[in-house]
Amino acid sequence: MRDITTEVLVIGGGSAGMAAAAELRERNHSVAIVERENLLGGILNQCIHNGFGLHRFKEELTGPEYAERYASIIEKSSIDVFTGTTVTEIAKCGEGKKVYAYSASHGMLIFHVKAVVLAMGCRERNRGNIGTPGTRPAGIYTAGLAQRLVNMEGLMPGSKCVIVGSGDIGLIMARRMSWVGADVKAVVEIQPYPAGLTRNIVQCLNDFNIPLHLSHVVSEIYGKDRVEGVDVTPIRQGVEVTKETFHIECDTLLLSVGLIPDNEIARKAGIAINPETNGPLVDSSLMTNIEGIFACGNVLHVHDLVDFVSEESQRCGTFVSDYIQGKEEKKQFRIVPGSNLKYVIPNRFRADRDNHFYMRSLIVRNHAELVLTLNGKELSRKKLRHIQPSEMISFKLGEKDLPDSVLGEESSLEISLVG
Amino acid sequence: MTKELICISCPIGCHLEVTKNGDDISVKNNKCSRGEIYGREELLAPKRVVTATCPVRSDLMARIPVKTTGAIPKELINSLLEELYRTEVKTPVSGGDIIIRNFRDTGIDIVSTKSLPG
Repeated sequence: MRDITTEVLVIGGGSAGMAAAAELRERNHSVAIVERENLLGGILNQCIHNGFGLHRFKEELTGPEYAERYASIIEKSSIDVFTGTTVTEIAKCGEGKKVYAYSASHGMLIFHVKAVVLAMGCRERNRGNIGTPGTRPAGIYTAGLAQRLVNMEGLMPGSKCVIVGSGDIGLIMARRMSWVGADVKAVVEIQPYPAGLTRNIVQCLNDFNIPLHLSHVVSEIYGKDRVEGVDVTPIRQGVEVTKETFHIECDTLLLSVGLIPDNEIARKAGIAINPETNGPLVDSSLMTNIEGIFACGNVLHVHDLVDFVSEESQRCGTFVSDYIQGKEEKKQFRIVPGSNLKYVIPNRFRADRDNHFYMRSLIVRNHAELVLTLNGKELSRKKLRHIQPSEMISFKLGEKDLPDSVLGEESSLEISLVG
Repeated sequence: MTKELICISCPIGCHLEVTKNGDDISVKNNKCSRGEIYGREELLAPKRVVTATCPVRSDLMARIPVKTTGAIPKELINSLLEELYRTEVKTPVSGGDIIIRNFRDTGIDIVSTKSLPG
């Protein structure tokens, strides 16, 4: 057993954890990172395709390249990195926190810290989450697992695939499986619109003539030892049109049916979870309901671009730094997601500094408007060219845009979309 | 002739309107200059950046990620992939190390996108 005292412990060494830790170190705090895998970088290591970093680095990088930019900053700094190490519990300890972790090489570790940054990322929803009927043969994978098998371990999950869900990982895997010689038969999406980015529909499906069945579900899985085929059924007005069911022969089913923030440790620590995001509820400083515990990246809400994860996490680093220095906590006001918005992060704002919001639309529209309403009165509007649920909206409310005079004890800011 | 294309230069995915009038090509609805380049090329000679893996001997992973340094003509992609899957990369290797130089005289190299210790 080893006791380690440091100002901040960052749980997770992916894009969120690395950006938060780098910012904290830059501000002269002592920082440690605990990472479950043997490499820093998290999910980026298996995302070998490009398209990362256009906002952050103004160039197009692959996942491993993006990860390496941050990993080299971490390696050159004096941040303590514990790879192959799993955190099991966060406990209160006087003014600070005690965090328990285990690893094969270090044994049991107890971190004594002033603040904790949750940066554990997210995990994939699986067959159980979508309740697909049928037998339980081999050959059913989540898309991210298949991606890891192909890209890092050099293993082929199968040769004739059907992909369930049109999320980005599913689309990327449609191209990847095609490029490693598999036959991708179809992508089946329950919604009437694709869940992934438009560019991925173009270059991962259209380029390979892979059919995308929108408003369809996989209604049955066949096969005893190995998947032998699936039934696909169209959906109209929320009802399966069983007489139009068709069969696709395949030996592999890849599920790309959404991601869930990985908050098991957070729940255990008593952190309140937002049911819309499955991530912690956070104030304007990205601090959870438990003082000294912050959250950023996909553990807070699932992002569609890593660039936004880095931005949010770096900002989180500055907030943690302010907290440790005991900077005076200013009054915070409530934010309410209004019409057509699934959620807004964070859940509070402050009037004495800029506020960055990330939000997700519930609707698909061209030429929509973002409307901010303070205490029932319209504050401002912003034109948005195109909105859809799969593309996160970011918005900055400047300090100067907030009239100090109208903010009272019970003020709340409603953000809505009108199309 | 007018064609509707979706720009894939970045995740925004602008819905381009590309019009060909004789030798004259005009691109509309692009938010940046790369959209114009994409619209022209996609109409005349479609190209793609390829990302793939090569076998590698390392304790950390069995495959090392690689990419083309620029877009290559679509019709060369399959032969490139076949060559990459046969090319074993020796460690140590740094991100940016050239794995295949000037593939089929396209002027495009294939480089490693990950560093691995020896």
